[in-house]
Amino acid sequence: MPLTESHFQELRKIVGNENVLTAREDIIPYEFDGTAALKHRAEVVILPANTQEVSACVKFAAAHKIPVVTRGSGTGLSGGSVPSEGCLVLCLTRMDKIISVDAANLTLRAQCGVITANVDAAANTHGLFYPPDPGSMKISTIGGNVAENSGGLRGLKYGVTRDYVMGLEVVMPDGQIARLGNACVKDVAGYSMKDLFIGSEGTLGIITEVLLKLLPKPAARRTMLASYDRMEDAANTVSAIIAARIIPCTLEFLDRTTIGCVEDYAKIGLPRDCEALLLMETDGHPSAVEDEAAKMLEIARAHRARDVRVASNDAEALKLASARRSAFSALARVRPTTILEDVTVPRDQLATMVGFIAQVAKKHNLLVGTFGHMGDGNLHPTFLTDERNADEMHRVHLALEEIVDKTLELGGTITGEHGIGLAKKQWLKRQLGEASHGLMRRIKHSLDPHNLLNPGKIFD
Amino acid sequence: MRGSLKELDYSILQQCMRCGMCLPACPTYDATKRERHSPRGRISLMRSVADGELKITGEFVAEMSYCLGCLACQTACPAGVDYSNLLETARSDIQTHGPRATLVARFWRAVTIRGLFMRPRLLRFAGRCLGLYQQLGLQTAFRKLHLTKLLPPHLKKLEPQAPTMARRFSHQLIAAVESPLQGKRHRVALLTGCVQDLAFSAINRDTADVLLANGCEVYTPPIQPCCGSLHAHNGEAEAARTLARRMIDLFPPSEFDAIISNAGGCGNHLRHYGQLLAQDPTYITRAKLWDTKLRDIHEWLIQIGCRAPRPGVAALTVTYHDSCHLTHGQKVTSQPRELLRLIPGIKLVELPEANWCCGSAGIYNVTQPEQSELLLNRKIDHILRTGAEVLATSNPGCHLQIARGLQAAGSNIQMLQPVTLLARAYKSEQSAGR
Repeated sequence: MPLTESHFQELRKIVGNENVLTAREDIIPYEFDGTAALKHRAEVVILPANTQEVSACVKFAAAHKIPVVTRGSGTGLSGGSVPSEGCLVLCLTRMDKIISVDAANLTLRAQCGVITANVDAAANTHGLFYPPDPGSMKISTIGGNVAENSGGLRGLKYGVTRDYVMGLEVVMPDGQIARLGNACVKDVAGYSMKDLFIGSEGTLGIITEVLLKLLPKPAARRTMLASYDRMEDAANTVSAIIAARIIPCTLEFLDRTTIGCVEDYAKIGLPRDCEALLLMETDGHPSAVEDEAAKMLEIARAHRARDVRVASNDAEALKLASARRSAFSALARVRPTTILEDVTVPRDQLATMVGFIAQVAKKHNLLVGTFGHMGDGNLHPTFLTDERNADEMHRVHLALEEIVDKTLELGGTITGEHGIGLAKKQWLKRQLGEASHGLMRRIKHSLDPHNLLNPGKIFD
Repeated sequence: MRGSLKELDYSILQQCMRCGMCLPACPTYDATKRERHSPRGRISLMRSVADGELKITGEFVAEMSYCLGCLACQTACPAGVDYSNLLETARSDIQTHGPRATLVARFWRAVTIRGLFMRPRLLRFAGRCLGLYQQLGLQTAFRKLHLTKLLPPHLKKLEPQAPTMARRFSHQLIAAVESPLQGKRHRVALLTGCVQDLAFSAINRDTADVLLANGCEVYTPPIQPCCGSLHAHNGEAEAARTLARRMIDLFPPSEFDAIISNAGGCGNHLRHYGQLLAQDPTYITRAKLWDTKLRDIHEWLIQIGCRAPRPGVAALTVTYHDSCHLTHGQKVTSQPRELLRLIPGIKLVELPEANWCCGSAGIYNVTQPEQSELLLNRKIDHILRTGAEVLATSNPGCHLQIARGLQAAGSNIQMLQPVTLLARAYKSEQSAGR
């Protein structure tokens, strides 16, 4: 059912005239998120200012059976915030207030539209930090991070977004506002409902406020960059570091193609002639950091690292980490379309998986750049292609099928941190099996019987 | 900048993979939080036009005009999107295929962009008239009698922002060829610009002095065409090409070690003649050579090992504002700072958000006065908080805009350019030596 002027009038009464976008020039820029080759036009884009307005919009949508797609900054990588057929888009970037930082209880309360990097900056003024640091942290919103359960470069030691969510405020599919969880470290009052909404990709409710756990800022940090002539040596370095009972905060790798692209962008002197780079970072008490860094250096050298560059100061360390964060976008320099995958395998299967990806790309005559979180077993093989070339796109799909099968065979998951959205739903049942997939559907159905919140995402 | 969006190589549009990394760098997105006011959003609109899904509507025109063209998104973009090319193509498309502008707007475009800025002698004549108006006290009288109210709206907006004309223009200050007293090491051409020539001819003199002090013979023909940057930024592709050809004829690039620009905005356009004249078989070879010879003055001085002046100037705290097209377009960021640090007595303090647009942005302060004013106030706040005595920058647009802002804020911070500070330091060593 197409929306009409009378619908728009109702919505204008809720959020004000200027916050209801209907002109084509206004809504075309909301057709997509950060996922390649996916787009759809919304009927209307609404920019609410607070939870009450979100709730009123959802009640209006429920009454008229209009699908609702929620969006933050639109940086998602699985099509989670791409508009569904005939939907209204709720864009929550105006809800960008940090409500409070509680230094005594180590918590931070924020509206869903706060930029992730601003959460960390606010924590920082109290000597605290917010560990999850997804690649898009400079612009991604915290609400989007929670809805997608985003990861980042520090997952190995610090975990992912889920590990820092203590409480949520969510608007449910009928428009009711529910508060889940609280500021207590221990809380077993009933089901852990907040956990149901973390990573629910906007299909169960709309996250409007978050209560986050913060940590004391580590006193010291050491960042190193090791270069290798063989990818296997980098993978073996990672296994050896973990076997030596060291848990660094970051163990990231880039392959040769990715290194070239990142260097073209960041110009920080990365060696272009090596097969793999390993970014290693350890943080904590100064003497522990000193000790761990020395051991990691030794392990890297023992595994034929050609060179190990130690960042001389915080600024250089930051540059190296920022360069790694830009890897995905930088790969877009090579070909018009960049198709990014997110397969994750148990850590001990990493070398096998990296080798398999290279083989598959070769077999199908495709260009692939691979980077990712080696310490987590989370890989981002990125196909560099052109969506206008039907034959090449077909080969990309064949390659993806093989990669997915191999991932599942090795006991892995089709997505480590980007979510299912539109991009990966075709493989979800293959991974979960009938019972587990059915359980998810039953939960979705019981919370959102009319399938109004983000329809078509995760499930068909 | 080839004709229309539909004819443009589609892969330039596809280069944007919509990751959103440009959003936090964009001043108009920052101000409104609306996707259409972001680089990614504008590219999606351009792509819709290229795909035939969207016509060149009034709203599309308004959006392309709302963009500052500061190119901060190009610095932020990991994917290397050529936003400058996309924006200029969109604006050119608007000129040829968009809705007809109002009669008044077309009249002023004909007078200024297609008239004065195509004819350097006429431009100087107009500058002379404006100078007389200002110097004879007519401006003050005019304003006191509120006669400015009688001006057409465009001129009324422009009148208070018109730069004070210099009493002598560049050709009256710089001989066609000037040689260093000793040790000639390089032969360079000096581009004197349009606004720079009329309002800041003394800066052109300072530039020549600094070049001479560093062993460069300086060639400065008295009549120089506009570089065409104004035209390209405003969708006049053909005029921009004509002017580029005239420049190449006047300064055969093979005859110089470097062609020097001292205005950030012009310099960025001047470096892309190869792209502009790609379809011109007669000029393409020379245009490509030209691009390799074009240097920003700061970049060139650091490249040839700029000589540090001997101590002698008084202590001075200086802060530096990056002009957008110098930093985001030409990627010249460290060199002006290095030059300032070379001068004994100067203490350089970093300006917060130094590379955030000041709102001048070509003629943006005339076309989008409200957004321009917000950006100017933000810039002035930061400058005042540094406690510096001098604000250095190196683009005439930024210079005029920030000077106006400082004056309005009642500040006595001086506006100078790095080459002026350097030229003064060299002069003071001569007088000390006597």
